Amino acid sequence: MSGITVNTKINGDPVEFICDADETLLDVLRNRLGLTGAKEGCSTGDCGACSVTIDGRLTCSCLVLGAEAEGHNIGTIEGMANGEELHPLQKKFIEHAALQCGICTPGFLIAAKSLLDKNPDPTESEIRFGLAGNLCRCTGYDKIVRAVQDVAKGMRNNKAKRA
Amino acid sequence: MRYERPTTLKAAAQMLAKEKGKAFILAGGTDLLVRLRTGFIDPDLIIDIKDTSGARAIQKTATGFKIGAAVSGAELGENAALKKAWPGVVEAANLIGSKQVQGRCTMTGNLCNASPAADSVPALVAAAAKAVVVGPKGKRTVPVEEIPVGPGRTSLKKGEIIESLILPKRPPKSGDAYLRFIPRTEMDIAVVGVGVSLTLDGKGVVTKARVALGAVAPTVVLVPAAAKAIIGTKLDKAALDALAAACSAACNPIDDKRGTRDFRIKVAGVLARRAAMIARKRAGGK
Ligand SMILES: Cc1cc2nc3c(=O)[nH]c(=O)nc-3n(C[C@H](O)[C@H](O)[C@H](O)COP(=O)(O)OP(=O)(O)OC[C@H]3O[C@@H](n4cnc5c(N)ncnc54)[C@H](O)[C@@H]3O)c2cc1C
Ligand code: FES
Ligand code: FES
Repeated sequence: MSGITVNTKINGDPVEFICDADETLLDVLRNRLGLTGAKEGCSTGDCGACSVTIDGRLTCSCLVLGAEAEGHNIGTIEGMANGEELHPLQKKFIEHAALQCGICTPGFLIAAKSLLDKNPDPTESEIRFGLAGNLCRCTGYDKIVRAVQDVAKGMRNNKAKRA
Repeated sequence: MRYERPTTLKAAAQMLAKEKGKAFILAGGTDLLVRLRTGFIDPDLIIDIKDTSGARAIQKTATGFKIGAAVSGAELGENAALKKAWPGVVEAANLIGSKQVQGRCTMTGNLCNASPAADSVPALVAAAAKAVVVGPKGKRTVPVEEIPVGPGRTSLKKGEIIESLILPKRPPKSGDAYLRFIPRTEMDIAVVGVGVSLTLDGKGVVTKARVALGAVAPTVVLVPAAAKAIIGTKLDKAALDALAAACSAACNPIDDKRGTRDFRIKVAGVLARRAAMIARKRAGGK
């Protein structure tokens, strides 16, 4: 089978790759581009471990074909930290021990960032609904919710200080 | 398998009509990719319609709203004018899956997947939405309730694609609502779903209504008897009882692990009452 050439941007950098028609974006990221942050939990859209953004919109990369990425901006967990400087969500996940095995963590971080970008001051139930597409087998979710609440609080305080 | 991304729907319809093997339309892919990855389908050709002109647009026209076949649930939820005119349709579409699924899923895909439990479909049927179908023989416009004909089966003929969904312009004092019952609070398949759309007169009497049920029969069903039970009333207790009874009578559900037959029949009536009261409130009634 001849491959499909796809031109895309990943975390802001232009990336060209070749994939088969039936390969998912998740397969491409992990197997062709070495971006193994997005995980494969279920491959059916249920667990959110494969979460990425496409043109800023949260998506399961297991439910997107690699070929569909043509011309679009993909955001993955690899683009979250600013060089060595972890994103506040990453720091708070560590601080709150919001991970154990870590398989779900990249997906939760991407989903939580997408949630806070749209809603910087979410209630606990908005956080829980917003992250309902991400499954975690280890933490029991509470620590994840606390970490996200803590980041949101920090963002509000910073804004208040600047104002 | 081949992947094509035409820029017009006409070209897409031609590809679909010409293909000798198994061809599928790809909109958001949240059903199709699952079926592909789990081996339920083995396509020769996938035609992605997201780049066809108008596919991603929500247009407000003189006669209502025209929603392109690739508009995602998240985009519907962000359109204030649409949400104001058809809050029930938007809330139904926004119940589909997670935030991740919302980023991709479409109402047209929900309709064409033809699940009896598809959440946006009862709301679309109650809204008297129409599907604009493009095919080898040109365009036709069909009421959405005529698209699904059984679980996983549609009335679309070879080479036919839905271009857009049309929501009619509403008279003043109209409202709609969709409610579903699921055992969990998120990420679950409707055990029963009910869509109600109605219009009131100046005195609060229902002048027009449509009621549709999901997950209680092989397809989503429009229930004219349920509408009849509330037209001409102020949704007093007797009218709501008659509405609930008509909905329960229209059910022909299955028994499964998520709900027994009796439970579904009862819940259809309960949700219909509640949805009617929400629709009335949205229509400016009490
Ligand atoms: C995790 C998860 C949770 C979900 N939760 C829900 C839920 O709560 N409620 C619910 O109702 N559904 C749910 N679904 C199912 C699915 O997301 C919806 O049915 C969705 O609306 C499908 O839209 P799509 O654009 O992704 O469809 P696609 O997968 O792109 O297409 C679905 C089918 O329709 C055909 N099709 C698509 N567009 C057209 C067109 N324009 N013309 C002709 N044929 C077309 C395709 O060929 C395919 O057979 C869920 C799915 C997942 C993965
Ligand atoms: S791997 Fe994509 S949602 Fe589970
Ligand atoms: S930390 Fe193990 S699945 Fe979430």
